[in-house]
Amino acid sequence: MAGPMIEAHALTKRFGSFVAVDGIDFAIEPGEAFGFLGPNGAGKTSTMRMIGCVSPRSGGELSVLGLDPAHDGPQIRARLGVVPQEDNLDTELTVWDNLMIYGRYFDLPRREIRERAAELLEFVQLSDRRDSRVDPLSGGMKRRLTIARSLINRPEVLLLDEPTTGLDPQARHLLWDRLYQLKRSGVTLVLTTHYMDEAEQLCDRLVIMDNARIVAEGSPRQLIADNVTREVVEVRLGIDADTAAEVAALKQYGDRIEALADRVLVYTDDGDATAGAVTSDGIGAVSVLVRRASLEDVFLILTGRSLED
Amino acid sequence: MSTPALVRVVEREARVYARLWRGLAFSTFVQPALYLGAMGIGLGGLVKAHSGSVDGLTYLDFVAPGLLVASAMQLAASESMWPVLGGAKWMRQFHGVVATPIRPGELYGGFVLWTAIHAMLGSAAFVLVAALLGAVPSAWGILAIPAAALCAAAFCGPIAAFSITQESDVSFPMIMRLGVLPLFLFSGTFFPISQLPSGLRPLAVFSPLWHGVELARAATTGHFDVAAVVTHVAVLVACVAAGAFAGVRTFTKRLSS
Repeated sequence: MAGPMIEAHALTKRFGSFVAVDGIDFAIEPGEAFGFLGPNGAGKTSTMRMIGCVSPRSGGELSVLGLDPAHDGPQIRARLGVVPQEDNLDTELTVWDNLMIYGRYFDLPRREIRERAAELLEFVQLSDRRDSRVDPLSGGMKRRLTIARSLINRPEVLLLDEPTTGLDPQARHLLWDRLYQLKRSGVTLVLTTHYMDEAEQLCDRLVIMDNARIVAEGSPRQLIADNVTREVVEVRLGIDADTAAEVAALKQYGDRIEALADRVLVYTDDGDATAGAVTSDGIGAVSVLVRRASLEDVFLILTGRSLED
Repeated sequence: MSTPALVRVVEREARVYARLWRGLAFSTFVQPALYLGAMGIGLGGLVKAHSGSVDGLTYLDFVAPGLLVASAMQLAASESMWPVLGGAKWMRQFHGVVATPIRPGELYGGFVLWTAIHAMLGSAAFVLVAALLGAVPSAWGILAIPAAALCAAAFCGPIAAFSITQESDVSFPMIMRLGVLPLFLFSGTFFPISQLPSGLRPLAVFSPLWHGVELARAATTGHFDVAAVVTHVAVLVACVAAGAFAGVRTFTKRLSS
């Protein structure tokens, strides 16, 4: 199809007097992995629910697959896959039954669901658990089953709300790997996350949300280049240091600095030189660390707050 | 050929039932059968020794349709409370359903339809046992099964519509104790409403269970008055309709807002 898969103009969601999404604009192109990055409560889930046609918009325009969610909800949902923030599997049933039941909600013929379910269990590496009940599965396995379930209707767009929250690192990497595979097969991925590493790993393009609004948009690399210096020096100060004085002293070393509770970030284009200068200057630093700038820094600079707050 | 959404929702419930029916069979079938033995035969013997009959029926014949429909009501009431709140809040499966082409109102409709079918399964087994015990004198008795199912839907519809609005289950035991239990005892189930104090008798007509029991009793005994049957069916259908009017709205509000 021509034009974006999903397009929003001044999209707004209100619950009574509370504004959850405040007039946001975005366009998601076919085949891309698009992210909504932001802290909890920024409006990411409300936006996803509007795209998923399970929450009517309060204002603005929204088009999904060229259709209007306000009129064509069931037709749009038939072509979407949804991985919600909290698993909602039928835990007393088997892995296999979960897929069969879900396929029937899309009115797919049973034979087709059986074929598709076998392929999908292979894809998410759960073939050996097909007759297990869902209840005793690990968190990572349940997530993978939820992803398999969301693909039963061969969706054109997959919506993932905080897909790896609560998973251990190994389970996250396995999940990311599966999502890469899907992207390569042409599925458009739309995800929300409050993990900057997840956004950097998975997203071609993303928007940063804060307080119901979009504060920045671009590829991870471009967002960093536009908003932050190339490198960051993290200076940890001693507990009994005169923090205010030392933060003031650090100002001369970087283009800008951010003082956090336990450390000071010095933004600079030459991390090693800055770190050397800070160390030799005898400022009461317990440790000095040089790293590349990340989306976390972009968020901090744009909002004055840390993502994990 | 597309399958109606309501049927697709019922398919899920039937699959769950197929896995778990052994656990559910006690409350839907064994328990009412035990009641039938105790009340119909034990108490019935005493009634026979003292007054001979109840409204011209043996006590066993009188009480069997009462127990049948009262069990269907109890099943419908409890299935419309905890499982509904669970689907919306604890297990959240309902949110998975409405992410597909199924609409919240269709989920509601399928849920009520399934509850009626579930009640019908238990009722069919009960009617069979009652017939073997000689408690179903008329061949019309087969129609007591859909009568019980209709009564189940009359309770499930409004209660499910209410349950989905709740944030906790604190109100559910109250509904069972202050709503379902008094209806169970005083809706012409164990004794005719003519035994009620004259001031309370007119209240029975407000009990959907009384209409359901009268309908089933007309079927099992084969003694019926067409106008009364039409009235009973109309009242129960009105309960289902009122439930649907509310349920489509409350399910939509909870699951899609």
